[in-house]
Amino acid sequence: MNPLTYARARDAAEAVRFAGARDATYLGGGTNLVDLLREGVERPAALVDVTGLPATITKRRNGGLLIGAAVRNTALAEDRDVRTRYPVLARAILAGASAQIRNMATVGGNILQRTRCAYFYDIDGSRCNKRTPGQGCDAIGGFNRTHAILGASSACVATHPSDMCAALAALDAVVHLEGAAGARTLPLTELHRLPGDHPEVETLLEPGELITAVELPPLASGARSAYRKVRDRASYAFALVSVAAVLEVKNGRVKDVRLALGGVAHKPWRAREAENALRGGPATARAFRAAAEAELDAATALHDNGFKIELANRTITAVLAELAGRK
Amino acid sequence: MKNVAIRINGSAVAPPADPRVSLLDFLRETLHLHGTKKGCNQGACGACTVLVDGERIVSCLALAVQYVGRDIVTIEGLAGQDGPHRLQQAFIEHDGFQCGYCTPGQICSAVGMAAEARRGLPSHVTDDLSARRIALTRDELRERMSGNLCRCGAHNGIIAAIAETYARAAE
Ligand SMILES: Cc1cc2nc3c(=O)[nH]c(=O)nc-3n(C[C@H](O)[C@H](O)[C@H](O)COP(=O)(O)OP(=O)(O)OC[C@H]3O[C@@H](n4cnc5c(N)ncnc54)[C@H](O)[C@@H]3O)c2cc1C
Ligand code: FES
Ligand code: FES
Repeated sequence: MNPLTYARARDAAEAVRFAGARDATYLGGGTNLVDLLREGVERPAALVDVTGLPATITKRRNGGLLIGAAVRNTALAEDRDVRTRYPVLARAILAGASAQIRNMATVGGNILQRTRCAYFYDIDGSRCNKRTPGQGCDAIGGFNRTHAILGASSACVATHPSDMCAALAALDAVVHLEGAAGARTLPLTELHRLPGDHPEVETLLEPGELITAVELPPLASGARSAYRKVRDRASYAFALVSVAAVLEVKNGRVKDVRLALGGVAHKPWRAREAENALRGGPATARAFRAAAEAELDAATALHDNGFKIELANRTITAVLAELAGRK
Repeated sequence: MKNVAIRINGSAVAPPADPRVSLLDFLRETLHLHGTKKGCNQGACGACTVLVDGERIVSCLALAVQYVGRDIVTIEGLAGQDGPHRLQQAFIEHDGFQCGYCTPGQICSAVGMAAEARRGLPSHVTDDLSARRIALTRDELRERMSGNLCRCGAHNGIIAAIAETYARAAE
């Protein structure tokens, strides 16, 4: 690990000021960044610790929630309002990592965690356009069982590994940012980028921009939500495919639906094709399957990950059927 | 010394000058507390689990400087004056280990786990997210302890020891 300095910010303004002063990286729980520093994938000159920023979850007047970026993953999944009103979010978090890691990980760090593509971490042995732009991608011709089936490019097939982000995408979460140029907000679905020719640029964040909070809009009272994660073992493994779904059915028809997939793309994948196919139509297993296929129509398989396409089809269908059948 | 020191098993200790030092390396190499083990050094095995203000974390991914002002308990700090912690005793009785390498992490993790369950934190296998009481069934224990791997495959004894210590008490 390269030498670096450490400073703990007391509030967002101080964090942004510290980060602007030198080549700095924000430090959350460190569960991803410490690994990246050790491997030499990231080499900042300074760390600005943002775990001392507000870690509160507050109710908004419109019925939504405002979640501080420093809230730990465990605390978010434990929150009464999240458990009762946004179960998809509690379930997604509880399906991720281990209890120890969830106790450390922050909401901001979870959103900005980096891919688990093994070639990205293998500095000495592998080429990676995300790590070293222009170098080439050894995953494309390599072992790519866990890689992307949607939205990938000839430069990068890495996936965004977050469970929590799939739920946030389905919930239309809005990310609050603060930077040298002031505060702004971005929908979570627009925060992360697809790789295109520049997989090293992963988000629309400006240099030094800080996530301060995540806002959840209220859910309609008839809406139900669920998360299903498919992985290689029953616990403590990243998603091969995951589905976050919010569904509102009225008189047998889909009044509203929001779907997002994890583990399949360079960003949390909002399944708008499927949503469009479903909205206003019958809430039947057949319609769910057709909608899933409409979404996965654009999917492409690499050498080892073709199974993910049918897996995604089936998981979407199963989650929607489960939600439609629930009283 | 609250704002400049880390409390480790009750003693105030100055943090390392180099921010790159992990809490795990600080415990083992500076403080010579060798109970906490290094398995993978990347968050994947749980051997390095310690308690921070009663919550379990993996110390290999923790930078020690981040823990100034916090209260750390390692396996060395668990036993009381009058002998081993009751969970340590249960591990002995149930053969909860073979080589013993994962054991300090398993025990610290289980102590943190029990506190989480007591305050009603659900897990991936909890059916009812809104439930206020958690029954520590075998499935719950296995899920909640999945962050601690045992290469010797002593998991059955480990779960039996934890169940005897915490699940029976909760029933
Ligand atoms: C063994 C293991 C298994 C895992 N399994 C899963 C899994 O199954 N599912 C899953 O979803 N995740 C999994 N994870 C990943 C884990 O969820 C992330 O490492 C964690 O959420 C990152 O949060 P953190 O606070 O520790 O971030 P850090 O590691 O501190 O930071 C991550 C990134 O976010 C940036 N950052 C942090 N906070 C802010 C902020 N407020 N504003 C701007 N930038 C910020 C940092 O600069 C850094 O680039 C696993 C991790 C490990 C080690
Ligand atoms: S050594 Fe920390 S989790 Fe393996
Ligand atoms: S007892 Fe040997 S690793 Fe668990």
